[in-house]
Amino acid sequence: MTATEFLPTLGRRALEVLRGLGHSAFFFVELVKNVPAALGRPHLTAAQVHAIGNYSLVIIAASGLAVGFVLALQGYYTLSRYGAAESLGLLVALSLVRELGPVVTGLLYAGRAGTSLTAEIGLMKAGEQLAAMEMMAVDPKSRVLAPRFVAGVIAMPLLAAIFSAVGILGGYVVGVQMIGIDPGAFWSQMQSGVDVWDDVGNGIIKSVVFGIACTFVALYQGYEAQATPEGVAQATTRTVVISSLAVLGLDFVLTALMFSTPG
Amino acid sequence: MTNDALVAIDHVTFGYDQRVILSDVSMVFPRGRVIAIMGGSGCGKTTLLRLIGGVLTPQRGTVTFDGAPVDPRNGESLFALRRRLGMLFQFGALFTDLTVFDNVAFPLREHTRLPEEMIRDLVLMKLNAVGLRGAAQLKPADLSGGMARRVALARAIALDPDLIMYDEPFAGLDPISLGVAANLIRRLNDATGATSLVVSHDVHECFLISDYVYVISGGRIVGHGTPAEVQASDDPEVRQFILGEPDGPVKFHYPARTYAEDLGLRA
Repeated sequence: MTATEFLPTLGRRALEVLRGLGHSAFFFVELVKNVPAALGRPHLTAAQVHAIGNYSLVIIAASGLAVGFVLALQGYYTLSRYGAAESLGLLVALSLVRELGPVVTGLLYAGRAGTSLTAEIGLMKAGEQLAAMEMMAVDPKSRVLAPRFVAGVIAMPLLAAIFSAVGILGGYVVGVQMIGIDPGAFWSQMQSGVDVWDDVGNGIIKSVVFGIACTFVALYQGYEAQATPEGVAQATTRTVVISSLAVLGLDFVLTALMFSTPG
Repeated sequence: MTNDALVAIDHVTFGYDQRVILSDVSMVFPRGRVIAIMGGSGCGKTTLLRLIGGVLTPQRGTVTFDGAPVDPRNGESLFALRRRLGMLFQFGALFTDLTVFDNVAFPLREHTRLPEEMIRDLVLMKLNAVGLRGAAQLKPADLSGGMARRVALARAIALDPDLIMYDEPFAGLDPISLGVAANLIRRLNDATGATSLVVSHDVHECFLISDYVYVISGGRIVGHGTPAEVQASDDPEVRQFILGEPDGPVKFHYPARTYAEDLGLRA
């Protein structure tokens, strides 16, 4: 490819990317504008919280437990070298609440609920259900998308909290019940070392941001999917890839902003 | 435009990029009639419905509904227009997560503040009209193609629209369902006083139930009149369509190089 071909191609690609970003930004604004309408019909949102949140509980709880087990084993291995094995509770809790809870929940949410949202909206589009709604003078963004968006933003912090709580219980089972760390030290160090605002609060902020990002990506991909089986399949894949990268990227930015100056 | 026209399409041209779908088309749909728009696949029939529903904007010409122009850019007037429309999609487009009852109740719940008991009665009346009162609690996945189409019809007439648009209502139906669908379109039109627009390529059923027929080919109107007039037409394109001849003004072969050239033969 010569320079005269390369430059226009690069320009075209850049314009395509910018156009896509602009389009998705407009979509996001439309979605946010319809949030009050969704809040005005709480039964629609509640049904989606049930669909998105409740059905994700098993995978979230099981993963939280497994992560808690492993954290306790790995943590004990390192801490016991320095004679600080009693701090295991603090280590497990801080790791989960500040980092692993929101991030792993975000990744699992993208795979479990995000894909189901994209496939559902994409297939509704392919089956002309969204077009039928529009012809009935009902805006699909308000009736279908906004309740799912609000539900996702509500469900994510709750799921992250459950993930962390189950993870801490997992850490307790391995650390206290199996290894034999003093339970008093396990809980009291956790209690004195974890700050409600700096640690738990920032973890909640992270999971809300991940909830917004993952749900928005899933809905956008579904709504813009090509109305074919192949198009819906590609959109579902894109949801997982983009959501996961967004969670990891946003996590770095948020962590840098929140915890860059330890007090 | 005559005064009793509900919808008028005036010199409308529409296309995507270089491809012209409709070229300078004018039609009038009088109130209370069943009008059939017929033509081969891809001739622009469904595009016409989308122009009337305000999904698409004509490149030239105007579409008017009850005297007011259809303007897709004006959200409020479009919303008001669509509340007076009922549309039956080709495969029903039922909401698969709702029961038959909730599908028909959907427009009533979205657009009215009627008490639930009244909605229940209205939905059962609409379902009774299409013969599916007994299927109210079924899910769309439990319905046959013909039944799904009838439920969609009940949903389309839930708000007693002035105009009911049917996009290929007969496609893929067995003979019994086809006869039921055709009969329902005529009966509902006469009972509700609505205007019906049937887009189809099913010659026999359309001639049977419609008051007026437009035949479209290549994006323009090639024939129109009462079913008897169209049947008697000697226009070659109309004749080829209603007789189902494989070759004629509409060619069997897609434009291509000569056969000999493609096979590498030289004369």
